[in-house]
Amino acid sequence: MCADAAAALAGLTRDGMTVMSGGFGLCGIPENLIVALRDSGARNLTVISNNAGVDGFGLGLLLETRQIRKMVSSYVGENREFERQYLAKELELEFNPQGTLAERIRAGGAGIYGFYTRTGAGTVVAEGKEQRTVNGELFVLETGLTADLSIVKAWKGDTEGNLVYRKTARNFNPMMATAGRVTVAEVEELVEPGTLDPDQIHTPGIFVQRIFRGTNYQKRIEQRTVRKRVG
Amino acid sequence: MPWTREDLAKRAARELRDGYYVNLGIGIPTLVANYIPAGMDVVLQSENGMLGMGPFPFEGEEDPDLINAGKQTITELPTSSFFSSSDSFGMIRGGHINLSVLGALEVAENGDLANWMVPGKMVKGMGGAMDLVAGVRRVVVVMEHNSKDGVPKFRPRCELPLTGANCVDMLITDLAVFERPDRSSPFKLLELAPGVTAEQVRAKTSARFE
Repeated sequence: MCADAAAALAGLTRDGMTVMSGGFGLCGIPENLIVALRDSGARNLTVISNNAGVDGFGLGLLLETRQIRKMVSSYVGENREFERQYLAKELELEFNPQGTLAERIRAGGAGIYGFYTRTGAGTVVAEGKEQRTVNGELFVLETGLTADLSIVKAWKGDTEGNLVYRKTARNFNPMMATAGRVTVAEVEELVEPGTLDPDQIHTPGIFVQRIFRGTNYQKRIEQRTVRKRVG
Repeated sequence: MPWTREDLAKRAARELRDGYYVNLGIGIPTLVANYIPAGMDVVLQSENGMLGMGPFPFEGEEDPDLINAGKQTITELPTSSFFSSSDSFGMIRGGHINLSVLGALEVAENGDLANWMVPGKMVKGMGGAMDLVAGVRRVVVVMEHNSKDGVPKFRPRCELPLTGANCVDMLITDLAVFERPDRSSPFKLLELAPGVTAEQVRAKTSARFE
């Protein structure tokens, strides 16, 4: 258990490390830990995250300070600074199909070297990778992913590291929690052991090495979409 | 008269069946949700980790923890469930989703699909599109028949990088509907937009079809 994000990352960050960061768009991102990672000053990072944040928020903060050398993502369309750095060849980018990215992380955390999938077979995604035909269908070999550090966000957690996520803020967080050599979790509510129903825990505490209660959540909405009340 | 965006969504909605689990892509495919026939039970999947998507929330009731794959605020239903991205794509890749409706830049006569790299633009990524076409049992594409400068988008071969090889089952354009019974058969012209003739469609298509 740690006091705050800076304390939770103390001694864990270094230049050139690989970091997994949970979230889909801005939903379920570890807001406090991204700021603390920026403040740690660690550079030349490889960041594995489905998206790259937006200008000035989320992983966009680490792009502004040029701390990211390479992104492994499935979609990065919401970030102008990302586009600028990529086109200027200051930033390396590896696209993975979203499901392949999720499964590579799951496999990495579960000790599986790789798996054959139909996704991306016969496309540019398969270039440089082994492909094989099984029962007339083409598959591509994708390998498991691990990271030096995983930063994840949950709704509730206890001091044992057990985590519960809320609605679609779960997304990539559970797999990333399993695939970090060290996993740090930030939660909105930090409770004593025995408070969470053991049957309802999404991430068992064995996968979480450090935990703290996050503060000042912005929880920005990218596409606020509403309907009119009738009558 | 060519079909409008709303007409395309309505036509795609006719492919829905009672009990289907369905994933709708971004753009025109999202509109299909507005035309689910009354009384038909269709469960919408969102690849960021939800089954049973409800409508957009009323103003003031938006929840930042509850979004769809287009990052729009949505609502849940009494039947909804939430899960991780790996479970979500397990459903998709594992063939548990009955139907997906997607947009396209190009469709080839052999069923190849290109919809993720726009020429002359920064590549934003494929998101979940490659997984959807690799795993969903039936793939319906909606798109404009021709590009803005009149180039046929239903073609002998895709020029753009593929999203998936031989994965399209039905193609709905503003001029016509094409379908094939299985993935080793050629596409057949099934329907024409009102006032559009088969000759006009042939003149505006470079793909072969029956």
